[in-house]
Parts: sequence; structure tokens; C-alpha cells
Amino acid sequence: MMLPTARVIEFWRNASDSDIFWSFKRSKLVMLSALIVVVFFIGAFGAPWLAPHNPFDLASLELSDAFKPPFWVEGGEAKYILGTDDQGRDLLSTIMYGSRISLVVGFMSVVFAMTLGIGLGLVAGYLGGAADSLIMRIADVQLSFPAILIALLVDGVTRGILGEARHSDFAEAVLVVAIGLSYWVQYARTVRGSVLVEKNKEYVQAARVIGLSGPLIAIRHVLPNVLGPVLVIATINLALAIITEATLSFLGVGLPPTEPSLGTLIRIGNDFLFSGEWWITIFPGIVLAALVLSVNLLGDWLRDALNPKLR
Amino acid sequence: MSSPKLLEVRNLRVEFPTRRGTLVAVDDVSLDISAGEVLGVVGESGAGKSMTGAAIIGLLEPPGRIAAGEIRLEGRRIDNLPYHEMRKIRGRQIGAIFQDPLTSLNPLYRVGDQLVETIQTHLPLNQAQARARAVKLLEDVGIPSASERINAYPHQFSGGMRQRVVIALALAAEPKLIIADEPTTALDVSIQAQIIQLLKRLCREHGTAVMLVTHDMGVIAETADRVAVMYAGRIAEIGPVQDVIKRPHHPYTVGLMGAIPAMGHKVERLTQIDGSMPRLNAIPKGCAFNPRCPKAFDKCFRDRPEPMPAGTSQAACWLVQEPAHV
Amino acid sequence: MIAFIIRRLVQAALVMLAVAFIAFAMFNFVGDPVAIMAGQDLPAEQRIELRKSLGLDDPTPVRFARFVGNAVQGKFGLSYRTAEPVGKMIVERLPATLELSVMAMIVALAVGIPMGVFSGLYPQHWLSRAMMTVSLIGISLPTFLIGILLILIFAVMLGWLPSFGRGDVIRIGGWSTGLLSVSGWKAIILPAITLGLFQMTLIMRLVRSEMLEVLRTDYIKFARARGLSNRAVHFGHALKNTLVPVITITGLQLGSIIAFAIITETVFSWPGVGLLFLQSVQAVDIPVMAAYLVAIGLLFVLINLIVDILYFVVDPRLRSQSAKAGAK
Repeated sequence: MMLPTARVIEFWRNASDSDIFWSFKRSKLVMLSALIVVVFFIGAFGAPWLAPHNPFDLASLELSDAFKPPFWVEGGEAKYILGTDDQGRDLLSTIMYGSRISLVVGFMSVVFAMTLGIGLGLVAGYLGGAADSLIMRIADVQLSFPAILIALLVDGVTRGILGEARHSDFAEAVLVVAIGLSYWVQYARTVRGSVLVEKNKEYVQAARVIGLSGPLIAIRHVLPNVLGPVLVIATINLALAIITEATLSFLGVGLPPTEPSLGTLIRIGNDFLFSGEWWITIFPGIVLAALVLSVNLLGDWLRDALNPKLR
Repeated sequence: MSSPKLLEVRNLRVEFPTRRGTLVAVDDVSLDISAGEVLGVVGESGAGKSMTGAAIIGLLEPPGRIAAGEIRLEGRRIDNLPYHEMRKIRGRQIGAIFQDPLTSLNPLYRVGDQLVETIQTHLPLNQAQARARAVKLLEDVGIPSASERINAYPHQFSGGMRQRVVIALALAAEPKLIIADEPTTALDVSIQAQIIQLLKRLCREHGTAVMLVTHDMGVIAETADRVAVMYAGRIAEIGPVQDVIKRPHHPYTVGLMGAIPAMGHKVERLTQIDGSMPRLNAIPKGCAFNPRCPKAFDKCFRDRPEPMPAGTSQAACWLVQEPAHV
Repeated sequence: MIAFIIRRLVQAALVMLAVAFIAFAMFNFVGDPVAIMAGQDLPAEQRIELRKSLGLDDPTPVRFARFVGNAVQGKFGLSYRTAEPVGKMIVERLPATLELSVMAMIVALAVGIPMGVFSGLYPQHWLSRAMMTVSLIGISLPTFLIGILLILIFAVMLGWLPSFGRGDVIRIGGWSTGLLSVSGWKAIILPAITLGLFQMTLIMRLVRSEMLEVLRTDYIKFARARGLSNRAVHFGHALKNTLVPVITITGLQLGSIIAFAIITETVFSWPGVGLLFLQSVQAVDIPVMAAYLVAIGLLFVLINLIVDILYFVVDPRLRSQSAKAGAK
């Protein structure tokens, strides 16, 4: 057994020699994407310390400050670099806080989808038989419906069960479940496929011979082998989850205006597009687009780097 | 060397620029084919024989390119023709047959349509005439009930039958030369001989010359008039087929001949050449064969031999000049 | 062929049954229809009376059978929100969504296929590279952002095109069309582009990669060796082989276009079923949600069926395979 630190050093030594690192350094676009993602993370998670204002501090809001344009436009103030929204919240700060919400919801949904998908995939692949066909049939049917539709249905159903008031209290959790439920299929399929392949390999047979239980074998031996492809799916899914969250919030079934994500901000701004207050929509839109594009580029690159055959 | 040559290849060099430097797939190859003649080209895979064929017909896969040399068809230079000029030569003057009949035909088109399309591209025939010619061609290559089968799709033919269709397509516009690249390799052994016989018969009837690329010395011995032995992108030996087989001059040819089981002789075991052909990015200095050559001497490691007359053949080997080392 | 279609039909029926069950479950386990329909102040006896008259106390299989029976006739009850018959609401709004979706698909195919062919034939050309970059943006940008951007440019800044509604609608029988008036055509341009853009980039990338793949095949090399013209090789041999997978994707994407119309219809206030569905989700109007789910499910299943049959017509290899399978 190697010490953890030694393993980390070893990992980095291998990584910096590897093709992955080489292809990373080669592509300026990928490096730029990584930079955008890092800046975004710092901005989003450092929002409480870095943001110039606290948009959730209702006491500091002045309605007379509403609809201020960005500072370089006539009527703008240096205090509000990107201007303010309809309630007088500083747009830059709101975007930073909103990005944090978008990211958290995105991450949580990916984790939820991944856990569900890996679990069901392991069960389907390992047990086979009726459990396998049931899970995979459900997956087939679900895959033929677009994710956004599933997410909307889940949202509507939970709204019905929880009631309107409690639904907005649990808005984030509902979103995570709704988005997670619409993206589990890909993980389940990948994991099931790998389990079917690994199941018959000698090391798994050997583990069975020495009396390890089925679930233990699945988790200890099979799981590590499928983590590569699962990670690639997760990266690309993160972009999808962020888009889905933004879309749901834009459609008005996601996060409420009191707790705005990027999508909610764009929705708010959309109402004022015709009266000339373009910045409320455009800035969150640019941030969302840049983030999704960067994550997509990183995901593409990761897929190519991990699996040269797919190129 | 007196009769006018159909095809002349002079000092042909084919290069592949890659990320790790330029690979020379064909290096300084010169050969001739006379009208109606069958030239066999043998060598291991990667020896440059298919590349030579592809260069002649102008279908090198990019980034591969002709870096030096000339190719002349009936005295006219064709290696530097623009694409649309070369296109008129392909199929009309030079036909081609590829290795795998299963993948040479477009699966979504009836074989008749593929034939008619080829015929009408090159010959001034109307639809009905072209169709009649297509049926005739299919009959010639031995496809039973050709007038019905002309409406079939490729997947409805067996492998051997498909290769017959491919031959019909190659002959559709009566080219003067056919480049047949491993035409039987993908086929069942029992069918290989039939296809070779068919190709040989048809070319004799039509007076078509053939450049037969193969790694099968047996096929060459049976079919070719002359043979070129290629090694690591170069010609090792070229000459009349019987002379090369019976009196090989290049040690590589000697080794190749040792690998053919001779009929009627009781041979305990076939000899084989030790080692393998060098990779294109690691061709040794001097003679490319020197690491495997049992008779290599100091000059072989220093200077590269050009093909030089050796009896009725030509061989790129210093032993021809310095028989003392034999 | 017939055996193949029957097998597909059975599969389709099973999928529909599953979809119907989900819709039924939504009806029965989400909220209390009596409370929603009658409000909270109804006396208890009348409440029980209403439950009985709605058949809510019957055993589940009976209720499911009744649900399916009604669904087949297009009866999904009354909307909780507007108290209109749900079937009628959907049928009235379906033409708007279908016209928008078909126009979007036409935009996607008409632009996507030529772009894909070009960038497949000349992958090194600067125009191909530009198209690939733009398509990456097209795939990454959320639909609603594209819609907003188009509105900002063409409706707000330039004022050329309307940003909401269908324009003047003309009724022909049960179908209301916006394609017979100038304002209708003007109104459909922006939504159709918004909805079609994602599919367009998808089709372009698919055609491109298929084209690159096909151009590497032996039969293309052989077609060149036969001296066929570039046009015959590219547009006859290569394109036909490229289009086989494109048909599948196009068919499947038509389904998701109809579902994605939810977003576009919201951005452009387009009076279709997507907007109706969204309003129903916000109002927890279960009957409309259930009916929409069943309707979309039916569309998907039908499209899948048509795609399978089309595939069959295009690819002779499949025909003979099933002939062999049928003979057995």
C-alpha cells in the first residue's frame, strides 16, 4: 500500500507525462475553456466575499436604484458595474450568486442521476433476468422522450403533491430530482454494459470463488472499471443539467425570483426586453452561454483524450 | 525493351507527411508494362506495392503524395494531370480491382446501375445499349442468368460472384491496363484460382495488360509474364517470371522462393527469412535488407544498391557486382 | 415485412400502455380531484357523492381500464384550470405546434444537410471550420437564449419580424393554419429558426461525420477508380449512403422537436400545445398534463414506426434480411 500523498504525486507524475496532458496543452481552446470554468467557479463560490453587493439583503435594496444600466451606458453608475434589475439588485452580484445556485443544482442533479444510474445499471447487469429487462425497458421508453419533458412532468407532479407554497420552499430539491430523473439512463446503460463484460472475467470469477458476496464484488471490483466512461458522461451531463435547470427556471417552473438562478434572471429580464432594459437578460445569458460552451468543450476534449478510438 | 511501352514508371517516390516526420512509402521505383503483359508485383505488406498501384491510378489517399518521378501512359505523362483529366483516364485507360469485393460495391445500388453508370461515363452509348453491354459483361465474367441478376443488389451475390462483378466493372470501358490489388486475398481459397483464371483469360481476350499486386508468389508464378519483387518501398528484383523464380539474384528473392512449397518435391521444411521488414520510419542505411540478409557485407551497410542488370533480370544487390561475396 | 410491422405494432402498443399507465397514475395519486374541482368548502356528503359519480372508489384495474377506454376516444375529462374538455383543448392547439415543428424540421434539413455535405467533402476548407465552430455554439446554447437573441435583434432592434403569436390564422375544417397569410409566415420565421437551430447543427454534424466515413469506404474508392465524375461519386454514391442514418435521426428528432416546442412556444407566446402544457404544469392541471403525455407518446410511437418502415424502403439489405427471417 502506498501512502496517499505518494499516490497523488505518482498520479501527477504519470498525468503530466501522459497524452491527456499533452493534448490539454496543445489546444488553446481547451485551456481557455478551463480558465473560464475556473474563473466561474471562483466567482460563483466566492460570491459572498467577492460580490460587490449582497442581493439577498433586502434592507440594502432601494427601489429607486431599479433598472440602472451598466456603468458605461448613460445613466449608469460605477457602483453597479453591470447595472441593476427590476428590484434594484446589483446585476453582477446577482449573477454571481445565481451562478452558484445554477452550479449547485447542476452538480447535485448530476450526482443524483449518476447514483441512480450506476445503482440501477449494477443491479440490471449483475442480476440479469427480469430485473434487467424491466430496468432496461423503462430506460428505453424514457430515452425516447426528451429530458426537458420528463423534468417538466416530474416538476408538475411534485407541485401537485407538495402544494404550491411548499413547492417553492423545496424548489432546489425538486429541480435536482426532476433533472436527475431525466438523465440517469445513460449511466445505467454504460454501467450495465461494462458489468456484463466484466462479470465473466477471471478476476470476478475468482472473487466469487473465494466467497465474496455479489454486491461486494460489484462495488469493489466492477465499479472501478466503469468510472472512466461514467466521468466523461458526467462532464457532458453537467452542461446539460445546467442548461435544463436554466430552461426550467426560464419557463417559470424552476427557481423563484427571490432566489434567482441564471435562468430565472433571464426570465425576469425577458419581460423588460422591449422596454429597452436589455442588460438584465443579456449579461446572465452571456455568462450561461460561456459556461455551457466551456464545459462542453472540456467534456469533448476529455472524451477524446480518454478514448482515442472515438475520435 | 524494344516494343513500345504501355506504362512507364520512372523513379517514383511516394511520401506520407505525418506528425512524426515524412514516411517514404515508395522510393525510387522504376518499372514498365508492355501492352497485354501481366506484371506481378510481390512483397510483404507495407512493401509499397499497393502504394505504387494507387499512385499509377492517381488515387493515393491524402496526405500521401507523389514526391518525385514520372508516370507515363503510352508516352503521355499522367502523374501531374489535373483531377478532371485523370478521371477520364481512370476506368477508360486504367481500370482497377481492389482486394475486398464485399466492400467494393455500393450496397445501395443495383449492380446493373453501377455497370451502366460506368459504361455511360466513358462510352457514348444510350441507356439501352449500355444495359445490353452490361449484361454481356456479366455473362463474360461467368455470372449465370445475367439478364436477371443485373437487377440484384450486391448483397445478393456471394463473395466470388461479387468479385466477378467487380472485374466486369473494371473491364466495362475496355481499359488498356488493369491494376489488380490483391484481387483474391479476401476470397475463399477454393474460389481464388477461379478468379485468377478468369482475370487471366479475359485480359488475354481483350489484350489488356495487368499489374497484379499480391503477396502470393504462387499466383505470380502461374499468371505473370514478368515479376517485380518489392521490399521496404524499393524494387529488389525485377525480371521475367521464370528467370526470377529459377535463378533469383537478390537474397530476399531467394528467401521468398524458399517459402513456396514446390510441387512434386519432397521438402522437409520451408525456409523462412528471419526477422521482419523494417518500419518505414526506420529503414536502415545502405541496403534496406541488410539486417536480415545472410550474405550482407560491409558495402551493404554503407551504400544503397540501385537495380543493376543480372542475367535477364535486374536486381538491387551488391552481390551482382561483387560475386566474390556470394 | 408484414411480420416485421406486426412486431413493431405490438411493441408500440406496449409502450403506449406504459405511457397511459403513467398518465393514469398521475391522475389518481396526485392531488385530490374532488378537492380541486369542488374547492375546499364542499360538505362531506356531497364530496362522497362526487367521488362516487366520478368512479374514484372503484378498484384500480377497473379505473385504469376505464381510463384507457376514455383515452382511446380522446376523453381526458375537464381541465382543472379552464373547465374545458381537455381533448378539445389539445386538438385546437395541435395545428400550431405541428406547423411550427414541421417548419423547424424543414429549416434544419434544408440548411443542415448542405452544410454537412460541404464540410464533409472539404473538411479543411475555412468555411467548414467556421461551420463546425458555429455548430458547437448552436449545440451548446440553450434554445430559449437563441430565441431571446433573435427577438432582440429582429424584433426589438430591427423591428422586422413579430416576436409573439401566430399572425392571422385561417381555419380549414378542423385545422387552423397560419401558412396562408403573410403575417402568419412572418410570425413563424423566428420560432422555426429557434426551434430548428439545434436540430440543424445536429444534422450538420451527423451528415458531416457520415460523409467523412463513407468517403473512406472501398466502394467510394472503387467508384473513383471507375472514373466516375466527382458529382456522381459525391452526390450519387456518397450522399445516398449518408442519408440512411440521417432519415432515422430526422424522424426521431421530429419527436423531440415537438417536445422542445414547449420552450420555443413559451419564448414566442406561440399558441400551441407546448405552451398549454407548460401552463398546465404551473397550475397542476393534471388532466391536461396526462393528455399531453399520451398525445406526445402516441406521436413518438407513430414517428418511430414510420422511420422503421422508411429505413426498410431505403436499405435493400434490410429488405432481404427480413425476407429471409420471414421465410424461416
